Amino acid sequence: MNQNLPLRAAELRLETLRVFEARGFGHVGGAMSVVETLAVLYNGVMRIRPEQPDWPERDRLVCSKGHAGPAVYAALAARGYFGKDLLKTLNRPGTTLPSHCDMNKTPGVDMTTGSLGQGVSTAIGLAMGQKLRAGGSPETMSASAGTRVPRTFLIIGDGECNEGQVWEGLMLAAHQKLDNLIVFCDNNGQQLDGYIKNVLDTGDLAEKFAAFGFFTQSVDGHDANAIAEAISSAGKGDATSRCPSMIVLKTKKGYGCTFAEDQEFNHHIAFTPEQMAEALAAAQKMIGEVSA
Amino acid sequence: MSVTIKNVLQAEEKMMRDTYCRVLTELAGKDQNIMALDADLMSSSGMKPFMKAFPDRFVNCGIAEANMVGVAAGLSAMGYVPFAHTFGTFATRRVCDQIFMSAAYAKLNVRIIGTDPGVCAAYNGGTHMPLEDMAVLRAIPEMILIEPTDSVMLENLLPQIAGQRGVYYIRLNRKNAVGVYEAGSAFTIGKGAVLRDGKDVTLFASGIMVAETLEAVKLLEEQGVSARVVNLFTWKPIDAELIVESAKQTGAVVTCENHNVVGGLGSAVAEVLVKNRPVPVEMIGVQDEFGEVGPEDYLRGRFNLTAVDIAAAAMRAVKRKP
Repeated sequence: MNQNLPLRAAELRLETLRVFEARGFGHVGGAMSVVETLAVLYNGVMRIRPEQPDWPERDRLVCSKGHAGPAVYAALAARGYFGKDLLKTLNRPGTTLPSHCDMNKTPGVDMTTGSLGQGVSTAIGLAMGQKLRAGGSPETMSASAGTRVPRTFLIIGDGECNEGQVWEGLMLAAHQKLDNLIVFCDNNGQQLDGYIKNVLDTGDLAEKFAAFGFFTQSVDGHDANAIAEAISSAGKGDATSRCPSMIVLKTKKGYGCTFAEDQEFNHHIAFTPEQMAEALAAAQKMIGEVSA
Repeated sequence: MSVTIKNVLQAEEKMMRDTYCRVLTELAGKDQNIMALDADLMSSSGMKPFMKAFPDRFVNCGIAEANMVGVAAGLSAMGYVPFAHTFGTFATRRVCDQIFMSAAYAKLNVRIIGTDPGVCAAYNGGTHMPLEDMAVLRAIPEMILIEPTDSVMLENLLPQIAGQRGVYYIRLNRKNAVGVYEAGSAFTIGKGAVLRDGKDVTLFASGIMVAETLEAVKLLEEQGVSARVVNLFTWKPIDAELIVESAKQTGAVVTCENHNVVGGLGSAVAEVLVKNRPVPVEMIGVQDEFGEVGPEDYLRGRFNLTAVDIAAAAMRAVKRKP
């Protein structure tokens, strides 16, 4: 698919802001930092069928930082999983779009997440199951049948890496040689209580992931083309060892949202209609700049 | 459900874990979706024969139980039917949130097997003694909690457990259980088994307490008390109908569990009775204490889990009738 990825990302940023708009509050910071990644995944990378959300052979996305749900919902609506009108129902009573991703409520959501760290393990289960179902590694599949093993994409946060379960899972993923697992770590440097370096410093995450046996790349997480390139390089780090892949996204929490960016406490915030109007105008302007 | 009780109660020749692994391996031969996971306790769980038979469908997750539960949930989302094994302590209180969110809340299809219930943890001591495992999970909606009594029951229940969707916790004694049921006995998940009828008091029992309860019946007979015995091997969903019917018939109740009485079988039975048929209830079980190390026989005495304790509780319950 030949896509103008920066434009898709700019459009998704605007739509994600609109998801929050009606509520007046939400997990704005962490949703904004993964917009480019979601735009890339849902525009040409993931093999999916929006008209058949439960297609068994689809690629899967686990957004382990489940609070980025609003950005995921905007991406799903853009791909036609449901109408954009639904986006306004975020967190309303009876909604199918809750704060945190829920596979039983939202078409296109592949795993329920929200309790941090847990999406790592469930994504590993999915990737392992995909390989078992396919009966072999991507290489053997492509050689024999001209098909490929479906992939699981996993998004974790850098603050989430405080959770021990993340590291339990990464150890198993490498041990099991899950070369169909591609993990993104949203390295925005912030967690709920402030800057990671002040709350619980995770140190050099890329170094740690590599030490855990992942083919690790670091990219500008707000450069959609760079993300796409990293995904196409994923799994090619060491063909003999067949290791899982990690893409560390250098991001800014709240990126592109005028009232959230550059704030220390922007994990879950409230905003005024005026602030949102300003943010929407800025996002619209970004679309214009990318289109030009 | 059709059950026959053995005339002579004695320890079975086979360990429960051997029956467990044999039956699960047979089931896995028929159903290619059945998988087994372990957390560096494969030798204790007795799962080596499964691993040898189906190496591709066995995953040793290492000493990382939280991750194991999540991996099981993910596998089930791919259509697999995972059975995840570890000691009852780690299978529940250590991974409570993973069972809650990744498995139960997500409405996936996972079986957690926790071995060494209550005082059966014996020489591993208080740190490893799950006396709260059922209580912890009983508060999670839609969970199915089962404590098989002996190998006959286990063999009959496993195909049901493998074949029905849901999130199960199986509280498994891996040692030689006292054989209570004759081969061919059949059970239904969610339904208690009436082992003996009686008119003065009902003894609701589970796990290792079933054999103790049948011994207690003899002691009560000597005192002229006729006891009904019900094996409530499913703690959730609890068989409310049978509990109420038994209370109506006998007017007094004793619950018998190898578990803390707080939140366990006694609580589950009492919750049904206070709403539907309030009768005197006595609870045999660990009385909100931590476990400790020692031989199982010693621990049964230490925590008042013997036939003598059950009979005494039954007498108290009968005396409390209005």
